[in-house]
Amino acid sequence: MTNSIDEIAGADFILAIGTNTTETHPVIALQVKKAVRQGAKLAVIDPRVTKLAELADYHLQLNPGTDCALLNGLANVIIAEELWDKDFVAHRTEDFASFRQWVSGYTPQYVERVTGIPADVIYKLAREYAGAENAAILYTMGLTQHISGTANVHAVANLAMLCGQVGKKHSGVNPLRGQNNVQGACDMGALPDVLTGYQKVTSDEVRAKFARAWKVDTLPASAGLTVGEMMAGTQKGCIKAMYIVGENPVLSDANAGDVKEALQKLDFLVVQDIFLTETARLADVVLPAASFAEKEGTFTNTERRVQKVRKAIAPMGRARADWEIICLLAGAMGYTMNYQSPAEIMDEIASLTPSYGGISHARLEKGSLQWPCPNKDHPGTPVLHKEKFVRGRGKFHRAEYIPPQELPDQEYPLLLCTGRRLYHYHTGTMTLRTGALEKYYPGEYLDVNPIDARKWKLTPGCRVRVISRRGEVELVVRITDTIPPGMVFTSFHFPEVPINNLTNPAQDPIAKIPELKVCSVRLELL
Amino acid sequence: MKNLAGKYKKIICVCSGGCTSSGSGKVLAGLQAAAAEKGLAGKVLVRPVGCHGFCQQGPIVTVEPEKIFYTRVTEADVPDILEALETNRPVERLLYVDPTSGKPVVTYDQIPFYSRQQKLVLEKCGCINPENIEDYLDQGGYKALKKVLSTMTPQEVVDEVKNSGLRGRGGAGFPTGIKWQGALSAKIKDKRYVICNADEGDPGAFMDRSVLEGDPHSVLEGMAICGFATGSHEGYIYVRAEYPLAIKRLKIAIAQAEEYGLLGDNILNSGFNFHIKIKAGAGAFVCGEGTALMASIEGSRGMPRFKTARSTEKGLWGKPTTLNNVETFANIPVIINKGSRWYSSIGTEKSTGTKIFSLTGKVVNTGLVEVPMGVTLRRIIFDIGGGIQNNKKFKAVQAGGPSGGCIPADYLDLPVDYDSLDEVGAMMGSGGLVVLDETTCMVDLARFFLKFTQQESCGKCTPCREGTKRMLEILTRICEGKGTPKDIDDLERLSRVISSTSLCGLGKSAPNPVLSTLKYFRSEYEAHINDKRCPAGVCSNLLVYTIDAAKCTGCGACARACPAGAISGEKKQPHAIDAGLCIKCGSCLQKCKFGAVVKK
Amino acid sequence: MSTITLTINGQQVTVPAGSTILKAAEKLGVFIPTLCHHPQLTAVASCRICVVEVTFKGRKKLVPACMTGAQDGMEVETESAAVVESRRTILELLLANHPQDCLTCGQNGDCRLQDYAFRYNVPGAGFSGERHAYKIEDDNPFIIRDMNKCILCGRCVRMCAEIQGDGVIDFAHRGFNTKISTAMDLPLSKSECVFCGNCAAVCPVGALQEKGLRSSARTWEVKKVKTICPYCGTGCSIELNVKDGRVVGVTSCDGEVNGPALCVKGRFGYGFIHHPDRLTTPLIKKNGRFVEASWEETISLVAEKLTGIKNDHGPDALAVLSSARCTNEENYLLQKFTRAVLGTNNIDHCARL
Repeated sequence: MTNSIDEIAGADFILAIGTNTTETHPVIALQVKKAVRQGAKLAVIDPRVTKLAELADYHLQLNPGTDCALLNGLANVIIAEELWDKDFVAHRTEDFASFRQWVSGYTPQYVERVTGIPADVIYKLAREYAGAENAAILYTMGLTQHISGTANVHAVANLAMLCGQVGKKHSGVNPLRGQNNVQGACDMGALPDVLTGYQKVTSDEVRAKFARAWKVDTLPASAGLTVGEMMAGTQKGCIKAMYIVGENPVLSDANAGDVKEALQKLDFLVVQDIFLTETARLADVVLPAASFAEKEGTFTNTERRVQKVRKAIAPMGRARADWEIICLLAGAMGYTMNYQSPAEIMDEIASLTPSYGGISHARLEKGSLQWPCPNKDHPGTPVLHKEKFVRGRGKFHRAEYIPPQELPDQEYPLLLCTGRRLYHYHTGTMTLRTGALEKYYPGEYLDVNPIDARKWKLTPGCRVRVISRRGEVELVVRITDTIPPGMVFTSFHFPEVPINNLTNPAQDPIAKIPELKVCSVRLELL
Repeated sequence: MKNLAGKYKKIICVCSGGCTSSGSGKVLAGLQAAAAEKGLAGKVLVRPVGCHGFCQQGPIVTVEPEKIFYTRVTEADVPDILEALETNRPVERLLYVDPTSGKPVVTYDQIPFYSRQQKLVLEKCGCINPENIEDYLDQGGYKALKKVLSTMTPQEVVDEVKNSGLRGRGGAGFPTGIKWQGALSAKIKDKRYVICNADEGDPGAFMDRSVLEGDPHSVLEGMAICGFATGSHEGYIYVRAEYPLAIKRLKIAIAQAEEYGLLGDNILNSGFNFHIKIKAGAGAFVCGEGTALMASIEGSRGMPRFKTARSTEKGLWGKPTTLNNVETFANIPVIINKGSRWYSSIGTEKSTGTKIFSLTGKVVNTGLVEVPMGVTLRRIIFDIGGGIQNNKKFKAVQAGGPSGGCIPADYLDLPVDYDSLDEVGAMMGSGGLVVLDETTCMVDLARFFLKFTQQESCGKCTPCREGTKRMLEILTRICEGKGTPKDIDDLERLSRVISSTSLCGLGKSAPNPVLSTLKYFRSEYEAHINDKRCPAGVCSNLLVYTIDAAKCTGCGACARACPAGAISGEKKQPHAIDAGLCIKCGSCLQKCKFGAVVKK
Repeated sequence: MSTITLTINGQQVTVPAGSTILKAAEKLGVFIPTLCHHPQLTAVASCRICVVEVTFKGRKKLVPACMTGAQDGMEVETESAAVVESRRTILELLLANHPQDCLTCGQNGDCRLQDYAFRYNVPGAGFSGERHAYKIEDDNPFIIRDMNKCILCGRCVRMCAEIQGDGVIDFAHRGFNTKISTAMDLPLSKSECVFCGNCAAVCPVGALQEKGLRSSARTWEVKKVKTICPYCGTGCSIELNVKDGRVVGVTSCDGEVNGPALCVKGRFGYGFIHHPDRLTTPLIKKNGRFVEASWEETISLVAEKLTGIKNDHGPDALAVLSSARCTNEENYLLQKFTRAVLGTNNIDHCARL
């Protein structure tokens, strides 16, 4: 997030794209609801009628996967009607001329044809967004899990820059991240192309700095493989061994059937987790890890806030904290990692990572810090890009609309979208074992629009087989008009409904994000 | 009645307020049809009017300009009334009979019930058609608004109201002019509201209802003047849903006033805009409380709010709001037309003008009366009200409804004004006067009011919600003969805590009926508790019915009437009541022709 | 900023203009009991337990401290005879319609009604009479709702409306029958309730209790450890309630991100920590079956295998998936391990899911 969660309530206009906030980020949704109570306008762009959409002034039920066209259409109107922030564009951005040029093709009439959103709504929304004093954009996976994910995000950024809605309070471009420490994992360099704080592995200088600190001669210089590429590499036999910590790709990844097959081909698989997950079952060695309640450390939330995690109880049985296990393993492989505590590790992180430079456990005991926090006197940074962007001027990226890779056809006439439910989390590893959540929401449904239900002769509670080109699952039907006709929806929380066996692994070429939000399926009544 | 609509020789006014429940609608229709049939159209006007006030005698029909006053008129009387117009001889059997002289009285100005009143607010009630703005205009209606808009500044209007000494007629008696000044001087300028409180909920009170049903324009005019004086362009009338006729007539009145350019935008070309909306209540007594009323208009549950600022600073939707009741607004045109000096000459120094009371209970002439402030209770109850029914003894008068108190006979000469009533532990309230005679049990009466308050408590604050419940239970116990001396201490302590700690006026005043009866009729409580006896003979658990063997003829009438089979005895022999079976319904007492049944 | 000086129990105190008497008393460390008041919710002054006796401009009266503004020259008595009588009476009234089952009540020890009854020496119900006999609502796995214990302070109503923003519950009915109710008085499970439990968190008595927590530990037995919720990326602060080395529940504290609010997963989704399925020992697959092993054996096996593959096929034949669930320190170490020990940049995690 460029801005902070508590700023959302102060926005005059909120544009929520592809985010079912009340279910996936319930506490962030409180801020949105508060803003609405205080009179803010809310526009929700989502094919589904979510709770958030029910609160909205504008609900744009666009054709799935056409977000980019819609966002460009808004920019088109804002430029055509001279509503853009000329000062901001002139002083803070670059490549506006070309942006103006290519976005001119996205006329509301064209966008209406692509998205199904009437041109007059596009005009109205564009004027409201551009006219707002402070407008915040929120988005999640509904925007990014497409083969055009990167373009979609660029289109969002373009829109915010065009109207000067970034670098000040109550505004900005705010991706709401789905997992407790997904931000931190990225910050810490658990990515193939960057070290901590997004320092490029390809930079000789960066590598030299880390090699020195880590007391090694060299570090690998070329970017590594992403998850999807790893799985493909495994299939091809290039990857021989994997060490998977706290992940369950057998359920979570697109075209999960292939993932399972790939992992089975490995010569050696180590899985480190708190439960014997579907992925762990395939492992040669399973290492028992401590849960969050059993260790010290820090998490970084979606607004870049680094907060202290505290140990409440001892690890279960002989389980150990992940950091201790890694130290053991490194030692066994001849590399000494001799940390007394996570606080010590954080000191090393701070010494190597400019944006975490001022962060220490001692400081965090007194209160959290939002990075960038370059030194020990720095109070942290609630709002990013205030004076300038990281790269200097904000660049208008070319973000052309590309339709989803696989759309319904005669053979697979329905569009499958996947997502999350309020009562569950990710692959259910935790939420299906709480003694509470799984009692209240014990099984998954396939949400189907009443029109489709009539068409396929479905009744509430009937069972269907959902089949895609890649796999099939069985599900109980729930008929609801919160889903548009032609779409079916379910979650990936339940192991007995491995919906990712069906999803499309086609990826965005840059971010390598799979197109989990759109694939085509057919139904068979059981 | 002045300024009779010129072209008619006669006007027949038929009460179409409360009297509709006793069949005045049929009388009106009958008169209209018969008059048309007789070819009287153009000569005789048959006009539905508001309440005449003398409800005891309804349905009432008056004939103008002679001021002939007919009582208890039915449809069958229609031909005679019309014929009397020609013969100029009033229908004698319909005339009011003076109870002292036993002689019929022809015109209403000769009836003490009317002649001893002074009608400022109710002047037009009972002589104009409330559904016809022309009638109101004929009587000088909207002259005050015209005067204000064309010749006065808001401050001048506020000053005039201040000088009149008018105090809020809703109960608390806050000076109206000072309230208006607060709104006029409020810091918030962008939006201000005027609210008319027409949520009249006290048991037995129907003053506001009569004004709304009989003369709705006077209220609209008062509100519009208030809007001008306080810088508001939007008014609400919060009227209880149990007053459908009032709502209907208000709607008609608003539509007509808008049509005549007397409400809405640019009133009388003055540039002043004032719109009035009606908000029907949902049956909660507490919504008569200002903050609860505003919460209800805002769409929330009608619960009072603790005020950190006056409503004239922060009221409806947080904006300055002037809230007055129906009667207060209806006084405004009178004050503007006749001037504050004239107005303040009526009544007492600190309570000016008149006050409308609804006189009910054990009084001969029940109905609506308007008298100058400061007249004595005796004048209202005995001179106007005609004294106590059935020659019983006056015991007390309950003033001010559930928030008020009981005033005993010792204070019959008390002048009726805000401060005097407060001093004796009662209150003006909205103007309900319930007259009680010797057959009223004061403990039972207190129990009745506590039951009402408890049921109507909004439930928000602890002392009112829980405290009135326990008070009610204690009173019920006492009435059932299960009271203990500690109960009086508990009642007094609860009263003290409830009145000093409740959130709103409803709660703060809820113990008043208990406090005032404890103050003036403590011995009745003690009789219930110590002697297990109800001196008024009301509390059935404490009554014992016996048969005086000396008087009993053994006719068996009592035994046949007894629903519990508690009376036995041989024919022609004295009967006896089995106290264990007796349910104390009193049927035997009513049936016995020989006075043999004794209630103790 | 302008200030106001008043006297509380004979002590002078100066507070910013606009402060309530309660705030001023807090500044002096003077205790005033409250039930309906909650710092994060709109004040309503409905319970009346906080009344204090104020003498101002020659008039003496009882006012609620939580909403009455402090004024220059005000004299406040917080424990005068009238105040104490009122508080005791209000407590007696509340207790007269409140089950006296403290022995088994989950809220025992963390109940304001209990605390104040002790403080003001109110041994029990001072009044006999009708008590509510509502059915206890226990049909969901999260919250036990016992309206017999409800003192109608309305904190839950305001929490649901003002913080949670859902307005699922409100006051219904009148007088003694007043009750906090969902629309049509349906159970929470049949209403729009999303079981965030924020209402239970602010209930000052035992009317709304977290089912798991309140049935497994007395309030004084738990140690609270403040940490961060393990679910979505919002980063809510939570308190793990620990008894005998077990996490028996989660409560909210004043989090920097979330204030007093949590969602259903954060508040009620802690059961996995002690689930019997938890892995408690290293496992090595032998002949297709997992066999328990020691750490030494397991770690050396992994080290040996990884080293062997690295030597045979080069470091890029190895790949590591890190975890968005692990701490920063762990992610840091894992990428350090991958790069510095394994010698590859093949590290990623599920950021895209």
